[in-house]
Amino acid sequence: MLSFETVDELLTRLARGEATARAITERALARIDARNDALGAFLAVTRDDALAAADEADRDRARGDAPKKLAGVPIAIKDALCMKGAPTTAASRVLANYVAPYEATVVTRLRAAGAVLVGKTNMDEFAMGSSTEHSAYFPCKNPWDTTRTPGGSSGGSAVAVAAGMATAALGSDTGGSIRQPAAYTGTVGLKPTYGRVSRYGLVAFASSLDQVGSFATDVRGAARVLEVVAGHDPHDATSSREPVPTFEASCGQDVRALRIGVLTESLGDGLAPDARASFEGALEALEGLGCTVSRVSLPSLRHAVATYYVLATAEASSNLSRFDGVRYGVRVMPTPTASLGEMIGASRDQGFGAEVKRRILLGTFVLTAGAFEAYYLKAQKVRRIVRDELLALLAGVDVLVSPTAPTEAFALGAHDRDPLAMYLSDVFTLPASLAGLPALSVPSGLSAGGLPLGLQIVGRPFDEATVVRVGAAFEAVSAFRASRPRP
Amino acid sequence: MGVATIDEERRPYDVVVGLEVHAQLATRTKLFCSCETTFGAPPNTHVCPVCAGHPGTLPVPNAEAVRLAVRACLTVGTEVSKTSRFSRKNYFYPDLPKGYQISQFDEPLGKGGAIVVPLEGGGTKVARIERIHMEEDAGKNVHEGRESLVDLNRAGTPLVEIVGRPDLSSGREAAEYLRILRDALVFAGVNDGNLEEGSFRCDANVSVKPRGEEKLGTRVELKNINSFKFVERAITIEAARQIEVLEGGGRLVAETRGWDEKNETTFSMREKETAQDYRYFPEPDLLPLVIDEAFLAEARASLPEGSASKRARYTESLGLTPYAAEVLTQHPKVAAYFEEAVALGADPVALGNFVQAEVLADVTTHGLDATFPIPARALSELLSLVKDGTISGKQGKELYREVKTRVGGGEGSVDVRALAESLGMRQLTDETALRALCEKVVAEAAKQRDDYRRGKKGLFGFFVGQVMKASQGKANPKRTNEILTEILEASAEGAP
Repeated sequence: MLSFETVDELLTRLARGEATARAITERALARIDARNDALGAFLAVTRDDALAAADEADRDRARGDAPKKLAGVPIAIKDALCMKGAPTTAASRVLANYVAPYEATVVTRLRAAGAVLVGKTNMDEFAMGSSTEHSAYFPCKNPWDTTRTPGGSSGGSAVAVAAGMATAALGSDTGGSIRQPAAYTGTVGLKPTYGRVSRYGLVAFASSLDQVGSFATDVRGAARVLEVVAGHDPHDATSSREPVPTFEASCGQDVRALRIGVLTESLGDGLAPDARASFEGALEALEGLGCTVSRVSLPSLRHAVATYYVLATAEASSNLSRFDGVRYGVRVMPTPTASLGEMIGASRDQGFGAEVKRRILLGTFVLTAGAFEAYYLKAQKVRRIVRDELLALLAGVDVLVSPTAPTEAFALGAHDRDPLAMYLSDVFTLPASLAGLPALSVPSGLSAGGLPLGLQIVGRPFDEATVVRVGAAFEAVSAFRASRPRP
Repeated sequence: MGVATIDEERRPYDVVVGLEVHAQLATRTKLFCSCETTFGAPPNTHVCPVCAGHPGTLPVPNAEAVRLAVRACLTVGTEVSKTSRFSRKNYFYPDLPKGYQISQFDEPLGKGGAIVVPLEGGGTKVARIERIHMEEDAGKNVHEGRESLVDLNRAGTPLVEIVGRPDLSSGREAAEYLRILRDALVFAGVNDGNLEEGSFRCDANVSVKPRGEEKLGTRVELKNINSFKFVERAITIEAARQIEVLEGGGRLVAETRGWDEKNETTFSMREKETAQDYRYFPEPDLLPLVIDEAFLAEARASLPEGSASKRARYTESLGLTPYAAEVLTQHPKVAAYFEEAVALGADPVALGNFVQAEVLADVTTHGLDATFPIPARALSELLSLVKDGTISGKQGKELYREVKTRVGGGEGSVDVRALAESLGMRQLTDETALRALCEKVVAEAAKQRDDYRRGKKGLFGFFVGQVMKASQGKANPKRTNEILTEILEASAEGAP
């Protein structure tokens, strides 16, 4: 076997009695033990919790109970999600000692589906970053080349799946934080429609953009995990009551005559030649499947990065106000007689990393009385334009495609001096985030240097089914899948 | 320079007052989580991850709070917006767990409305309402020595803020406005009207300007005054202070002042120069609040009758005096009790008198709740016994006390008629028996009878007393009087 097994393969082996959940889990834990020092994918490993869940899955199977949807499947959880019995730090020092007194709805749903939760994965602090270097603890590294980043912010979850430490993982995507690391690590990353999945228990970065989504080695696996966690949650007023279809059923469906729109703007100068070649290969593969491929234009794409960084930082500046050292998390008393303001200031100064502070300052600024109209309100208007343009395009085509990222995974430290350059690696993923649309990144091939590249597929609101359908069909014929390489 | 009194030098000033009222919505649970809103519980016992602002938690609006807020709008004629929106008001304070308060800013729940304030010299004034919006309360900081502690029981409690226009001209008008507003909210079941517990709080913006001047003067905000009496005093004294400063050639500063009730003065708390930029922006965790026609219609239909309407009805249709109507509408539960007894057949006037004279002293109220000494049904039955002459009015009062004792002792339902009988309470109304008794009493007191007939009319009471004594108080007083008169006078006429 070249690649690590898929969720479906694993469930089949378990069903046939060819393996036990305990053995599968021990193997995943052994891989974590063997490689986590080098890769930095996990911040915490929940060994006992995982083995107990595995044993329960084995007992259920032995009793002949109808198997739960993810019974015995090792799954990694991004550290931005609250999980009982494990620390939740969001890779920040300010939450170094924090254990949530409650659990994220998505985590509880995974448990109920029999999943084996193996640990909490590394990320950019508070999901602010595109490289998982901005973790307060240690950077996460790309298993394809450990001098490179795995992308971010959900880099740890992507690496956990890419390196066989978990069969699937949950991440969160605010501007591309699932799709971009999926592309960089040769995994599948699925960000659903905004509102499709509960955010309750997801440490907030930018509330109007954050969505929980899934990673897996194939589209079917990502679809199955999404299916389990999706659906209305009474604890999240923004979660939709839209019925949740069986996304997995879209895998293997014919895609003939589906209309595919190619975002012309994504083929500009910023796109690396090998990424362009891979993307063109993907388009040919889609045409080969009987899809109609046409060029479409999204003029507002050039404003996406600016719009996103105004809105996301504005919300983040407010969302992160609660980390004041008063109720939980790190409290720093600069002097024994420090005033309240000094205590809050010192706790935040020492609790937050540089990237987080940069975004809090930017977000605070755009909300101040003098800047609100010129920045925040203007950005809201542009966001509406982006959404309107995308919806108009999606009236004429079934899905939109682009490269997930303009380049292969960049080197660790490459953007240390230039955060704007890092922000630009999100340019293709941001429109779907701003518009709240479902989007999938599926491996499309390898770069000239042998690193994975991804194809992004964006669909209509709540039409994950079509996105999954196109993704699975493409995956089956893609250059990447054909060679089934393994890092 | 001539000697002049200050009064002669003074220009006339107008006092301008606008009130901001924070009224707690009388819900069982908080605005965005399911913690109870109980007052006075041990610190931090009504707190959950949501109202403690734990990372990852989200607010979910309480539909009952929205219903009550809509009702608040309806009671004062405020137009409810089809779509309103929650916003975040950002500032750091230990009692504010999320670092922002979820409030409403540029799209409030309701706009407009008014309170009609009666004026001292007769007539009324329309005091306009600017807006009504919903928001969550903060927690409470408790200072103990050098320690500051935080109690989050109150954090997330639902409030409406009712922002009045600067249409009031005196402390007295302000106090009237507040009494009327509080009464309206209490009768609508929106707020429990409890100033001491802080569920009805008031801030007053006070300024003065020379009469005729268009431009408003420098505004001072008086914070957290916890009684209507103090609101009146504080505004009166603050306005006088401002006039004093201006007359002395001084300048006023925009500031927040507190009320020192002991010394009857206002004192500076903080200057407005340091006013914060709250960086309001729409709350992304909540969808816009949409009040559809059906919700509004339901709220309108379920809006309880207001106290003013009740008073008018009590005097006009039920024949009560304005005073009785006033007393019976001091609390919605008292009015409801009265109305229940009326519905069960009690005579409104007799009932009103009896409630005022006997029952009210035994009623205890707390917030919107009240406990009554005897059920309205029992009271209604009791009064029907008095009315049909089965027992006397005096016996009625005794019977009330007996019923009260039994109800207080835990007896669920008391059969009032049976109890009266078992206590031997029955008026002697049988005409033949009563006449026989009266004749016997008169015959046995021959001396007094003769004295009476000779003109010592004061002895009439003696005969009544004797009849009462002989009947153990059961004789119907009215008939007794009539029969005795008949016997004594008739014989007198027939005397030689």
